[in-house]
Amino acid sequence: MEAAAGGGCGSGQPLLLSEGEQQCYSELFARCAGAAGGGPGSGPPEAARAVPGAVSAAAGPVADLFRASQLPAETLHQITELCGAKRVGYFGPTQFYIALKLIAAAQSGLPVRIESIKCELPLPRFMMSKTDAEIRFGNPAELHGTKVQIPYLITEKNTFKRMDDEDKQQETQSPTMSPLASPPSSPPHYQRVPLSHGYSKLRSSTEQMHPAPYEARQPLVQPEGPSSGAPGAKPPRHQASLIRSFSVEREPHDNNSNYPDEPWRITEEQREYYVNQFRSLQPDPSSFISGSVAKNFFTKSKLSIPELSYIWELSDADCDGALTLPEFCAAFHLIVARKNGYPLPEGLPPTLQPEYLQAAFPKPKRECSLFDSYSESMPANQQPRELNRMEKLSIKDMADFPVPAQDVTSDDKQEQNKTRLEQNKTRLALKSTADEALPKDMSEDPATKSGLLPPPPALPPRPCPSQISHHNVNSERSAQPKPPTQLPNYGDFRLQKQISKPRHRELQEFPQGHPQQSEQASEAEIHPQLNRAPSQAADSSPTKKDIPYSQPPSKPIRRKFRPENPATENQEPSSTVGGPASAATGKPHTAVQKQSSKQKKAIQTAIRKNKEANAVLARLNSELQQQLKEVHQERIALENQLEQLRPVTVL
Amino acid sequence: MAVCVAVIAKENYPLYIRSIPTENELKFHYMVHTSLDVVDEKISAMGKALVDQRELYLGLLYPTEDYKVYGYVTNSKVKFVMVVDSSNTALRDNEIRSMFRKLHNSYTDVMCNPFYNPGDRIQSRAFDSMVTSMMVQVC
Repeated sequence: MEAAAGGGCGSGQPLLLSEGEQQCYSELFARCAGAAGGGPGSGPPEAARAVPGAVSAAAGPVADLFRASQLPAETLHQITELCGAKRVGYFGPTQFYIALKLIAAAQSGLPVRIESIKCELPLPRFMMSKTDAEIRFGNPAELHGTKVQIPYLITEKNTFKRMDDEDKQQETQSPTMSPLASPPSSPPHYQRVPLSHGYSKLRSSTEQMHPAPYEARQPLVQPEGPSSGAPGAKPPRHQASLIRSFSVEREPHDNNSNYPDEPWRITEEQREYYVNQFRSLQPDPSSFISGSVAKNFFTKSKLSIPELSYIWELSDADCDGALTLPEFCAAFHLIVARKNGYPLPEGLPPTLQPEYLQAAFPKPKRECSLFDSYSESMPANQQPRELNRMEKLSIKDMADFPVPAQDVTSDDKQEQNKTRLEQNKTRLALKSTADEALPKDMSEDPATKSGLLPPPPALPPRPCPSQISHHNVNSERSAQPKPPTQLPNYGDFRLQKQISKPRHRELQEFPQGHPQQSEQASEAEIHPQLNRAPSQAADSSPTKKDIPYSQPPSKPIRRKFRPENPATENQEPSSTVGGPASAATGKPHTAVQKQSSKQKKAIQTAIRKNKEANAVLARLNSELQQQLKEVHQERIALENQLEQLRPVTVL
Repeated sequence: MAVCVAVIAKENYPLYIRSIPTENELKFHYMVHTSLDVVDEKISAMGKALVDQRELYLGLLYPTEDYKVYGYVTNSKVKFVMVVDSSNTALRDNEIRSMFRKLHNSYTDVMCNPFYNPGDRIQSRAFDSMVTSMMVQVC
């Protein structure tokens, strides 16, 4: 590698740079060289030339710049070695440009090798400042959304400030990028910061990581829209991997001075979590939570009563003493922010207004209705759990974001995902501990797990079959030439289950940690294919819907896994998926019909079981209601007594 | 318009009292305190059986040299007392009624907060801001 690098640097091997890259690199080089006091290396990059005795960039600013790229230290060392600076002892233009290209490659998730820089890469991104100056580093087309997030990842490095000044003076590349890029991505991005402090300690780290994929997802969606002409799969992937790589380095940061609104935006992940919590308190998402229920729930957050009172005041917009879903999300979000150290706002921020929340996240409501339709009594947690499993599977399998790319390329992948999801579900079902409802799952799951073919459909307990059908429906809508019916897809991944081995690997990985899986599942939302989120809503919105609401403590674990995954996931999934995908394509259609009838039966049994569960829970509910009434009456009696006993003040 | 606004609980202890200008606070507190007698008198005068039909707005409780004191009682015997500057002759009865209505609405909003224990002092910022809006006009 080094030899090749040396050869590439010193000999006549041309380093192909696009115009934008040339401009960017020369500016960066000028800055670094200028900072060193030497003459700037002006003119086109002369990569092919060895540059002994020519202008060189000083190590100091160059090191700062590289650090600003947010890559891990070893990567930077590798890059430095590869570009030949170590060999020649300084950063000439050649070395510098190669280094920049390598940085771009590393940020895109490609391995740090000379071969990587041969291909077309986005410009390297450097975390210089909180402003949109960052964006100017990159290609306009690519920088939509995702890249804007990067500047918002505030790290408190002093070097950044120095670079900031220089950047602002010199950066003129694509100022138009910022307005485009910043609005969509910044809110979700910033959201990360408040959570970084940890609603619970564990949660903090995960939150940081989690928002990243979600944010990536959102911008991905946006770029797909506005930048339809932009490079297709690659930029989103780069952006996604960028985000992942950045998320590794990201540090919690409280500073929201630049974006006062950002801490008050709810990311998808948070939204999912809140919705799940809402469901745990009140199964019907379109109804509301009474004041006392909410009070008990929020009191658990250990905030002081006056603060909780104030938060309630802010979030209960209609002052009816009850919280609807958007109000609940707003309240929860304020509590989270407060716990993370954010001062409570004077008024409800616009991003937390119920109308805004309802408009911004219509999906949860839709999801709720879907859930309700096929599982009346099923507690929400079961469904989320399953979905989480599905997500986890997909994450494992396909780290690459490119929704469009993958959607277009393979139904198979989706099917594979689904099969994996099923497998995961079985495993997870066994492991899950949260609700009473779970035992039901578990009883079903082992039975189903034994046989791949018939049982699995019954497995994805209540929600799954219909969910998957929803997914299928949605994925169909999302424009793929899939088989018309839901079942075929469903069946497909069963087939693929038999076929694809990689899944076993994943399955084995899952036992490692239930929480991890559930956490990663939420990461899976990155992959719209994953379905659930897309299933419920248009692909554009990354709704997760299922964050295991019993698992806030385990969220941080997600983060840890994320950094490990990005590099590997980018490459592995493509390879693993490619194999099974091709094999699977042939079979699905023929076996579909056979599977469909079996699946129908399985679904019907699942429905029956669900109904039984429903009945049991309804009975339980009525008994509890009775008890509640009695307790209420007791309370009223006691209050009356208290009233009588209270001394009456006499004027 | 109001110089002092007070919310008194059923047991005649203050849930919320605020006045401007702040240097004469004690005087206003005393005025509110003495007005409670008048309120009780008016309530009892209406008869016990007429609680439902009792008008919530009590009207001018008593005038002093510089100030007029108005009262309002809710159905749960929570009293609102408002002290108004006498020099503010433009204030009409309707305006006072509307101010009390706003007070009552804000009070119910405070009550709706599950974290508010009836009998606690009112610390709601929304309530504060509403009262401020009523009082600021004087200055």
